Amino acid sequence: MSKYLLIESRDPFEAKCFSQRCELALTLLTESTGVTVFLVENAVLGARAGAKAPGLEKLAKAGVQLLADEFALRERGIQELAPHVTAAPLDSLVGALASGAKTLWN
Amino acid sequence: MSTLTFLLMDAPYEQARTSTAFRLIDSALRRKVGVRVFAYEGAVSLAMTGQKPHANAVHGRTLEEEAHPTPHAWVAALGAMAQENGVPFDWVNCGLCVDERGANEVVPCTRRGSPADFWKMTLESANTLVIPTR
Amino acid sequence: MRVLQIIEPAYRATLEEQDDTVLWFTRAIRAAGAPADVLLCGTAVNYSVRGQDAEGFHVGGWSQHHPPAIEHEITKLIESGARVAALAEDLAERGIHTESMLPGIEVLSRKSLGGLCAQYERVWKW
Repeated sequence: MSKYLLIESRDPFEAKCFSQRCELALTLLTESTGVTVFLVENAVLGARAGAKAPGLEKLAKAGVQLLADEFALRERGIQELAPHVTAAPLDSLVGALASGAKTLWN
Repeated sequence: MSTLTFLLMDAPYEQARTSTAFRLIDSALRRKVGVRVFAYEGAVSLAMTGQKPHANAVHGRTLEEEAHPTPHAWVAALGAMAQENGVPFDWVNCGLCVDERGANEVVPCTRRGSPADFWKMTLESANTLVIPTR
Repeated sequence: MRVLQIIEPAYRATLEEQDDTVLWFTRAIRAAGAPADVLLCGTAVNYSVRGQDAEGFHVGGWSQHHPPAIEHEITKLIESGARVAALAEDLAERGIHTESMLPGIEVLSRKSLGGLCAQYERVWKW
């Protein structure tokens, strides 16, 4: 997995600074540095197909890997995901952490 | 063997971060990754043995039927799993935070410490995740 | 192992703790040998302002003896050799000008965060 891991836990529609955190992800992304944004808890609300979360789409287009906690998706009845987000088990974070990715929790 | 350090800040029963943190720590131990936890501020309440389950009259469930979660049981379960898997597990409650909250009666697999312990844990781990409160 | 503490929330339980718990924690781990620096962003950029005064908290007959002294904490951090920075855009949004800030605080643009984070082995967001 990538060198920066941003774990996003907050509802992207509730917090106005979500767009700033997307900007941070883009700032961290370079030719030699990968960035993964892992959505957990209410942040997965942005992953539903049809959700108006342009910040996430912009991240995906720029090359940021977007993952969403399978459990949190199921907990919120989100079955169809936006095409740029992939469901992943939470325990995939353990591997990323153990490999030394700089990890920030929002 | 790899070790990860987690810093938790939240008291139980108030937000989703507690259960997410426990799921992550559980995953790490199942993958035989050693775990160190520094419980800061409200998180020192997680290991308090004084937590008691209760019945649920709204749902018509008795004490036994409700089987209400008590995080200190989660902490003990993590300690037991770590022991079964032969994996290091160290849970430190920040001492000053314990004092100001009266959180003195805690699960035996935890211990009292200070931010200096957190720094030591960090130095001895492959990585550290800080899960802040809001 | 260099550490960057990114602090965003502010004035969270500071009266009952008589401290900002993350600034306090930063001083504590620095005292234990951690080379930790601080980036103030979001609400926490207000910690860079001179003239913060939390005196006068009382409840019934109880009065606070040691209100949180955020300016003192920031100043002590800087004096101990910590780099303390604040995000320019968040300062501007809140109408905080350089003249009203504590001395010694670096003002950094959001654009520089990538380079800043690259300088640290650990980046912890609070």
